[in-house]
Amino acid sequence: MEPVDYAPATGVLSSIWLLVAIPLVSAAILLLLGKRADKWGHWLGVLAVASSFVLGLIFFIKLGGLSAEHRSAQLSLFDFIDVGTFKVDFGLLFDPLSGVFVLLITGVGSLIHLYAVGYMEHDPGRRRFFAYFNLFVAAMLLLVLGNNYVMLYFGWEGVGVASYLLISFWYTRPSAATAGKKAFLMNRVGDAGLAIGVFLMFSTVGSTQYDKVFSGVTSMSATTVLVIGLLLLLGAAGKSGQFPLQAWLPDAMEGPTPVSALIHAATMVTAGVYLIARSNPIFTANETLQLVVVSVGALTLLIGCIIGAAKDDIKRVLAWSTVSQIGYMFLGVGLGGAAYALAIVHLLAHGFFKANMFLGAGSVMHGMHDQVDIRRFGALAKPMRITWITFATGWLAIIGIPPLSGFFSKEPIIAAAFERETTWQAWTFGLAALIGAGLTAFYMTRLFVLTFHGPARWTEENKHPHESPAIMTIPLILLAIGSVAAGWVMSTSVPDWLTPVFGEEQAEVTGVLSHTVITILSLVVTVLGAGLAWAMFRRGTALEPEPAGIVVTAARRNLYTDAFNEAVFERPGIYLTRALVYLDNKGIDGLVNGLAAGVGGGSGRLRRLQTGFVRSYALSMLTGAMLVVGAFLAIQLGWLA
Amino acid sequence: MGDLKLPEIDYGALAPMLILFGVACVGVLLEVFIPRKSRNVVQLTMTLLGVAAALTVLIINRNTRIVTIGGAVAFDGPTIFLQGAILVLGGVSLLLIGERSVEAGGAFVAQAAVVVGSDKDSKQSTGQPGLTEVYPLAAFALGGMLLFVAANDLLTMFVALEVFSLPLYLLCALARRRRLLSQEAALKYFLLGSYASAFFLFGVALLYGYSGGVQLSVIHAAVDNPQHSQLLLYGGLGLVAIGLLFKSALAPFHVWTPDVYQGAPTPITAFMAACTKVAAFGALLRVLYVAFEGVRWDFQPVLGTVAVLTMFVGAVLAVTQTDMKRLLAYSSIANAGYLMVGVLALNDAGLESTMLYLVAYGFSVLAAFAIVSLVRDSEGEATHLSRWAGIGRKSPLLAGVFTLILLAFAGIPLTSGFTAKFAVFGAAYEGGQIWLVVFGVISSMLIAFPYLRVVVLMWQSEPSESTPAVSIPGFLTAAALGIGVLVTIGLGVYPSPLIDLTREASHFVR
Repeated sequence: MEPVDYAPATGVLSSIWLLVAIPLVSAAILLLLGKRADKWGHWLGVLAVASSFVLGLIFFIKLGGLSAEHRSAQLSLFDFIDVGTFKVDFGLLFDPLSGVFVLLITGVGSLIHLYAVGYMEHDPGRRRFFAYFNLFVAAMLLLVLGNNYVMLYFGWEGVGVASYLLISFWYTRPSAATAGKKAFLMNRVGDAGLAIGVFLMFSTVGSTQYDKVFSGVTSMSATTVLVIGLLLLLGAAGKSGQFPLQAWLPDAMEGPTPVSALIHAATMVTAGVYLIARSNPIFTANETLQLVVVSVGALTLLIGCIIGAAKDDIKRVLAWSTVSQIGYMFLGVGLGGAAYALAIVHLLAHGFFKANMFLGAGSVMHGMHDQVDIRRFGALAKPMRITWITFATGWLAIIGIPPLSGFFSKEPIIAAAFERETTWQAWTFGLAALIGAGLTAFYMTRLFVLTFHGPARWTEENKHPHESPAIMTIPLILLAIGSVAAGWVMSTSVPDWLTPVFGEEQAEVTGVLSHTVITILSLVVTVLGAGLAWAMFRRGTALEPEPAGIVVTAARRNLYTDAFNEAVFERPGIYLTRALVYLDNKGIDGLVNGLAAGVGGGSGRLRRLQTGFVRSYALSMLTGAMLVVGAFLAIQLGWLA
Repeated sequence: MGDLKLPEIDYGALAPMLILFGVACVGVLLEVFIPRKSRNVVQLTMTLLGVAAALTVLIINRNTRIVTIGGAVAFDGPTIFLQGAILVLGGVSLLLIGERSVEAGGAFVAQAAVVVGSDKDSKQSTGQPGLTEVYPLAAFALGGMLLFVAANDLLTMFVALEVFSLPLYLLCALARRRRLLSQEAALKYFLLGSYASAFFLFGVALLYGYSGGVQLSVIHAAVDNPQHSQLLLYGGLGLVAIGLLFKSALAPFHVWTPDVYQGAPTPITAFMAACTKVAAFGALLRVLYVAFEGVRWDFQPVLGTVAVLTMFVGAVLAVTQTDMKRLLAYSSIANAGYLMVGVLALNDAGLESTMLYLVAYGFSVLAAFAIVSLVRDSEGEATHLSRWAGIGRKSPLLAGVFTLILLAFAGIPLTSGFTAKFAVFGAAYEGGQIWLVVFGVISSMLIAFPYLRVVVLMWQSEPSESTPAVSIPGFLTAAALGIGVLVTIGLGVYPSPLIDLTREASHFVR
């Protein structure tokens, strides 16, 4: 492992801090001005993100002009923490990896901001919404732009706050408030892991800066690398909704739809993938670690598919689909080597098509009085032409129909899984990814057919579905173009672009199956899954849940993961707090109250000495004087010393 | 007589005191010549200008280090820092003393000699302009305090003690309302003060017998190289210390404090709590660090016991107080204990942290009494705690500021109280006095209770019919309050400039 070295920022690139500062200032203005900004606040929010996008594009082009070995810009703004030997710079790093993330966050972010102007039009809290949204963008940019793990953690917590605020945006609804709390608590579990991992890095390497940590990996023991990596993985799993911390993400759909699209599909939930990709020198250094990451990814992608196939809420299906797709990304970063870049390509492509579909879902809800139950949709292709077409591109992209983007981004990951060196691993993970592809095709087709085709099953109050206004459809169209084209464009350019981060591509490995066979297989399972779903749901579905077999029932209940969490963590937790409260009331409070009563009583008694008579004061002074002088003389005469 | 040699006098070093004494003398004359109506403005302006001039001269001479006027006055780092602190705190106190709009005529009586309860008394209490002799008296007291912290021999110190004490006795007696309480407070303060002075003077005599001189450097030399019975030394040390402990309000010599703080006019209470404390601890530091350095491990345990006793008496008795001014008096006693912990660190850090604490506490306590002077009804200040219930609902800003000050007293971070407490405890820890730190922390927890109880009372109780209206502060009170609050926050957030100043000022000359 050669030492990692980043070039200092020069010229235009020394203003990369503006990327974070602009949305942050905008958020501050929107929050501080309050109602005065209600009329124009949303436009300020859009403008802030759009300017960050334009700046990001300029920096990106500038970065591309640098030679491959110097393609990075490190900028130290000021001493953030300086205590003893612990020194943290407020430092930023703009390199190929953070560059593509900046473009994804600000690019997709701008479109979703624009969409939200229309979506939130009648909401009295629109200004507040845009303030939080800008805050999120600023924090997310800080997360990907930091040059050390403390900056990353800062941004990590920042997006956590923004996510919490936005999930509970409609805080008067109990379900939204609960979902916010759930997301917050489960994220804490992961965040604690990340924090401890960072502590451990500091204690072993003496720094949290990327270049120093990565250069120090060689000097760490294998166990240390494994522990640090597992802790980082815990953090990543929390933020990205991966097993075993996946339960919060579907509930997070209680927030407004643009939030689901930007934060809980396109950007924030991919932060875990970013963390692992960024820490690739740590993960590459330990094979056990990579195996754990791959297993988490494979398991999660299957869980997501299975549960997604049993849900009837349009946003929850998409949410479980997000869980599953991020599973693919984890699988990619876990495989290591060339698959790092593949995972990033899938992440970017997913950002487009999943945002597209979430916004499409929002558009459907907009036209259907916030109905989210797909059993109550059907036949919407005609009244919502644009939404139908754009959603169709997203659907075909995610299931991986060539030449749409999902085909170029997902299929190579499946192939890479089959290329693992150990045979049993190659079969296990390859087949998991392949089955996942088939299931994805099944549940996404089910969603698509039930929403846009078949007989209309609308409720009484939703007799007149309508297309959304232009401000919502234009972002949809742009994202649809991205869903169609992005995969091919990125799969040919991004891996080369990321070479400075992940190293040279290794020589071609031959897997247990040839690449062509895998491509054909994955297309076959996709078509099978889609065809099955089309056949089953073309005539609609029952309006109420029907009794079902054991698998469907389990999937409807999230594979009992919530029940498991409740039984294993929540109940013992409740008992523990009860026991502690009891101990607190009887033991500690008793002691404290006893002490307090003692002090109070003592105070009351001592008070009587303060008689108000000068004579008694003088007497007490005289006593004191005798004691003081007596003590001195006693010391002198050797009685005390 | 030809061989009588006059001592060298450095007038630059003496100038701040000379200016204040001059201002005081002129002030007495002005009482005769200026018409009653404009007296207050003229006196206040002139005294403030005097303080400003003294401060300017002090800053100009900030690099001087000299023992002058025949060894009577030492002008060194601690002197300059403490004189500066006294002048700044004194200036802010003068703003409170000069306030005339919160209560018609001000906080001071119109004629001190009227019989309490007579028609004249009730007439004067309803708006006749207050006495303006308070300004020259305050200027005399300030001058005396400046000399007290600079005095390099025990006799000069005694004279300075009397020079600043006598005006204070008088000032205590001048409250406009509750005349009897005020006069009683002044008499008690005077009697007990004289009593303590007698101890001090007797101690000086013993030390003279021991060392053959009254200068601190002479005593220091004699301690190193004793010629006479050590009994004289320890007796003298104990008695001199008692005189200073009295002024610093350390237990068991604190007994006067609650009564005097309660009875005195509130601006004077603020003045005593801020400036007298600086002066008394300044002198204590100098005596202990300069003259008795050689026996410091002998006096340390005795005075350490005094410090612990003080902290606990202050904290425990504060718990059951029902009067705001008495509560603040006990708080002031407890704070004297924490200051003593800093003093007894007996190292450079101890000196630095004690000086830091004096400044931090001075500004907070000025702000606290400024607020006390604002909560009032037709009878004057409403100092009973029950009257403060629910005041947060009626005047959230004032209650918020008072909450901040109380949190500072309790030593909550981001306030000056935390910085200062941390500094003194840190110094004591560094000096090996861990037992003092342990007791200090325990008593800090105890005294947090009465502070927080007031906070709870202000915010959590419903305001009743009898909750007094809060007066709109006049410009002067607002300025004093603002300065106090700003410093309280400033020293909590960014204390390093003041800490640097104390570091530069941490060497006594001998």
